[in-house]
Amino acid sequence: MPTLHLLATSSATPTIHTPHVDYLSILPMVIMLGGALFLMVASSLFRKILSVGTGTLVASAVSIAALVAALFQWHQVSTHGAQVTIAGAIAFDGFDVFIQIVVAIAMLLTALIGDGYLRREGVEGPEFHVLAMASASGAMMMGAANDLIVIFLGLEIMSIALYVLAAFNHKRAESGEAALKYFVLGAFSSAVFVYGIALVYGATGSSNLPQIADYLSRNVIASNGVLLAGLALLLVGFGFKIAAVPFHMWSPDVYEGSPSPVAGFMAAVAKAGAFAALLRVFVSSFGTVRADWQPIIWALAVLSLLVGAVVALMQRDVKRMMAYSSINHVGFILLGVETATARGVSASLYYVFTYMFLVIGSFAVITVMARDGDTGNQISDYRGLARRQPLVALAFAVLLLGQAGAPFTTGFLAKFGVVSAAVDTHGYVLAVVAMVSAAIAAFFYLRLAVTMYSPVGLVGNAADDGGDDEASAVAGPVGGDGAVSNLQVLTDAPPTEAVTERGLVTVPGLTALAIGVSVAFTLVFGIFPGPILDFAHQATLLFT
Amino acid sequence: MTINADWYLALGVVLFSIGAFGVLIRRNVLVMFMCVELMLNAANLTFVTFARVLHDIGGQVLVFFVLVVAAAEVVVGLGIVVAIFRRRANATADDLHMMKG
Repeated sequence: MPTLHLLATSSATPTIHTPHVDYLSILPMVIMLGGALFLMVASSLFRKILSVGTGTLVASAVSIAALVAALFQWHQVSTHGAQVTIAGAIAFDGFDVFIQIVVAIAMLLTALIGDGYLRREGVEGPEFHVLAMASASGAMMMGAANDLIVIFLGLEIMSIALYVLAAFNHKRAESGEAALKYFVLGAFSSAVFVYGIALVYGATGSSNLPQIADYLSRNVIASNGVLLAGLALLLVGFGFKIAAVPFHMWSPDVYEGSPSPVAGFMAAVAKAGAFAALLRVFVSSFGTVRADWQPIIWALAVLSLLVGAVVALMQRDVKRMMAYSSINHVGFILLGVETATARGVSASLYYVFTYMFLVIGSFAVITVMARDGDTGNQISDYRGLARRQPLVALAFAVLLLGQAGAPFTTGFLAKFGVVSAAVDTHGYVLAVVAMVSAAIAAFFYLRLAVTMYSPVGLVGNAADDGGDDEASAVAGPVGGDGAVSNLQVLTDAPPTEAVTERGLVTVPGLTALAIGVSVAFTLVFGIFPGPILDFAHQATLLFT
Repeated sequence: MTINADWYLALGVVLFSIGAFGVLIRRNVLVMFMCVELMLNAANLTFVTFARVLHDIGGQVLVFFVLVVAAAEVVVGLGIVVAIFRRRANATADDLHMMKG
């Protein structure tokens, strides 16, 4: 009643000021989400007419449109400088645009790979592309978010779609199991993250990143328990999303169980989005209290580097090996975060960009190699691949060498960038640990590459009597004789029956295109690194 | 009657801890979901308390975002559970042991 009275007596009609919305600053994610909604509606209206190819076509077109929009954004940012839009919720800067571009390319590659996978597994449906696009828009939002609660929204849009994507292959029980594990731990980490936001909000009086930074620079906080607890909980939440040790335990199971294209998407997009938010929150917003969080990141980086590399050595399953290898890569990217310098941020961005191509390309090869029902994923199944299908083997070898950090690939410069950024800030211990872990990691990448190029002589024997197969299967997983014999079993065992029976794998054209693009990017920009290094550097300069 | 804001914050901590321990200890997937909800609502209580302490409406607005997300999360989670346990008798996390880890 009092409000009505107020309205009646006041001379001027009260007006509500809505914030100005700069649509260019959110164009790629609007396109992505709009594309997802369009495809979902169209597919339910015209279910009989739409084929798998249509979904792929729409998803690819939408990704390319988002990429073009991001390039327009880049032009805008580089001519007019960084700005904050939509009531301070969105940061429109080089860093943001960089992430949009990474995510858009990852989405494009995943759409191409997913097409072949869906046809092979007989789980056709546009929902795969719908969910992937929704997830990509969430990752884009995390890159653009300038407010803790917007980061949370982006995180959830990205993750909830990923939970369903992990369960997408309903014919495999592992797929559902992976989804449930991912869901429970993902929801747990989101809740921890939200509680962290609540504590930071309570300590600083705002959830807006520039306002938090402003508050921290005006008030010298010696030891604010609430703020520190909030920081720690935020780090735990991010740690789960990027799968840093000790918050990594979900990742091998989820990678193994999820459809392979989804695992690649998860490794590339979820990490790009989470690292974008991590960098923005900690380096830019909590930069003044870096002494409090740098030791934690330091520990996460060291643990991820060592655990990822060492445990990957023991894996028989290529997807599990890739999961641990991705944990190892997370350690490297954290190196750049730990420095909290412009150089470190730029090195991390470069790493995220190049790793996206490497991991999606690798999972594309794994997708193709797995055959019906994702069966041939053992390392021994890759034995003699070079003889059977030289091009696939060559592409995979290049991608593996790229991940190992071999010279003349983008992976080398990525590792070099983060390590030299760490050395710049006198993080010598970290740099040494990183190089040791790179050496250990090179071993398991090379082992897989060598397996592909070694002769396939054992196959004949195994096909004759099945007893051989059983013997190695019994001896293998126990691994009581120590690491050496275990390693021998991993590579010397003959391929499983699924592989020997069917012979060559078919590589769908679109998947071949995606693999080709990844390999070409890895080699071309490994030899001519200038453009991408400049790109990452400029993106950091335009960091608000 | 006035109640010190610290009590609300303490209640938030207690609820959050119960939820977190529940997720880590309980084996029934549905109970784990409930524990996650408890954690989210602990965060909501903390948001509202801080909003009152700081005289800032922003914190109360954040609660709505969290509520919506929590609802969406539960929908997807229950969907996944139904998809998995359609063929099984009970919803226990220990039954999920096809992959080690």
